[in-house]
Amino acid sequence: MALAEHGKLGYLVFECLAERTIALAVRAKRDDPEKGYDPLLQERLSAVLPAATANKVKIISNMGAANPVAAARAAATIAGKLGLGPLKIAAITGDDVLAEISGANPLLEGGTVAEWPGELIAANAYLGAEPIVQALAEGADIILTGRVADPSLFLAPMIHEFGWPADDWQRFGQGTVVGHLLECAGQVSGGYFADPGFKDVPGLANLGFPFADVDANGQAIISKLPGSGGCITTATCKEQLLYELHDPSAYLTPDVTADFRNVRLEERAPDQVAVSGGSGTARPEQLKVTLGYHEGYFGEGQISYAGPGCVPRANLALSIVEERLKRLAGEIIELRLDLIGVNAIASIARPLAEQTEVRARIAARTRTPQAAAWIGREVEALYTNGPAGGGGVTQSVRPVVAAASTSIARERVTPRIHWEIVS
Amino acid sequence: MKLRDIAHTRSGDKGDISNISVIAYRLEDFALLQQTVTPDAVKAHLQGIVKGEVTRHELPSLGALNFVMDRALGGGVTRSLALDAHGKCLAALLLDLEISPRTGG
Repeated sequence: MALAEHGKLGYLVFECLAERTIALAVRAKRDDPEKGYDPLLQERLSAVLPAATANKVKIISNMGAANPVAAARAAATIAGKLGLGPLKIAAITGDDVLAEISGANPLLEGGTVAEWPGELIAANAYLGAEPIVQALAEGADIILTGRVADPSLFLAPMIHEFGWPADDWQRFGQGTVVGHLLECAGQVSGGYFADPGFKDVPGLANLGFPFADVDANGQAIISKLPGSGGCITTATCKEQLLYELHDPSAYLTPDVTADFRNVRLEERAPDQVAVSGGSGTARPEQLKVTLGYHEGYFGEGQISYAGPGCVPRANLALSIVEERLKRLAGEIIELRLDLIGVNAIASIARPLAEQTEVRARIAARTRTPQAAAWIGREVEALYTNGPAGGGGVTQSVRPVVAAASTSIARERVTPRIHWEIVS
Repeated sequence: MKLRDIAHTRSGDKGDISNISVIAYRLEDFALLQQTVTPDAVKAHLQGIVKGEVTRHELPSLGALNFVMDRALGGGVTRSLALDAHGKCLAALLLDLEISPRTGG
């Protein structure tokens, strides 16, 4: 909101798709053909569109999820209701490649598509900047996509504004570095960074979101609005630069094989970091595809114990539930027992001399929702049948939508643009 | 000395692979990171969590190392039963790593 109003931006990007979000959205679209896009689209666009249209800020987002066309229709309705226009809204499709994927396709995780347990419900190729650049060239004010590589959402307006040629790998690499720095919102401006006494960050409750001023070579200054919370330093930028990175010499996107090794970060002023030195080589010929599988159900129950002896009582609770669940052995695919506060994260228990409270957790992946529900019910039964002093039971059941990956030849993926016009 | 005294870290996730960046606060401490924060040291510190290979990438101009850890997320973020399925906490666990410069030759 603040950025649309006061940022003097050319483009505002909303990156909203996690690995399995599309598969979840596919299920929503199955139930209702007008759904399957980001459920917060209405709220977000209603909030920013008045300022964005007044300030001629173009909006680019992957909030289209499994249904960019319905998302564009919804955006047109919102704009109409707000009395905004004229506006050209582009929906970019073509990432859905479920029909192109055969069971024999190899998975990046090993094995084949058919060998992964569960029912394949979604297959989405990562599109790049190209179709977004085309939509911008055709005058789009709002662009809603499905699966597009996160940095491509940011690279596209750079290619459009500066007219970079399609094989300008060096600039595409640098632009991808800038996009990667911006793609997790507040994670570059002091969010997800604070560690009191070591890394102090002011004003996190009013965290300023980042923006970049980019020049024609893709060199950029990352900053945020004056008066907003958070901080932008070389340290925050380094953490975000390396976030979800594997080989820094080959960060693969649909647009370029980006090279992060010679990236330079320089603090120009408080909360202003200059970014340069990113480069790249030719784009990959294969596009990554995220597959969504329906793979059974997840059931969980938790209960707390406190005071002297809380850890032995919690361990007793876990062993009771584990024994009782043996009757469901055929329906439970995987079972996990944790003591939250002792070993749930760190895996190897490091016993504390005086543990004052602990939370027992039982989680399982099961073949049926009924079996998943039994996990929490057995934990609830500990109220009357378990060790002394258990409290605060919670339980949950949800379907498991697992993600795996394969790849597809680029020429088998055809991005398309669908237009909604608000007059 | 603990890793936390000279470096900061962040984890990221893709499928069943976790990466942890280890970034020196001061560029001059990078050599010490190179010497002490080895793939074996990381794997040993995260014993019981990281089941696969640990690969180290170096970014000397940023004073940073990047560890890519296979089979580290309980079969993958989307199907793991772990409380922290993304392995977001792993980076902070690593800060507790004991590092001491090798002495003598």
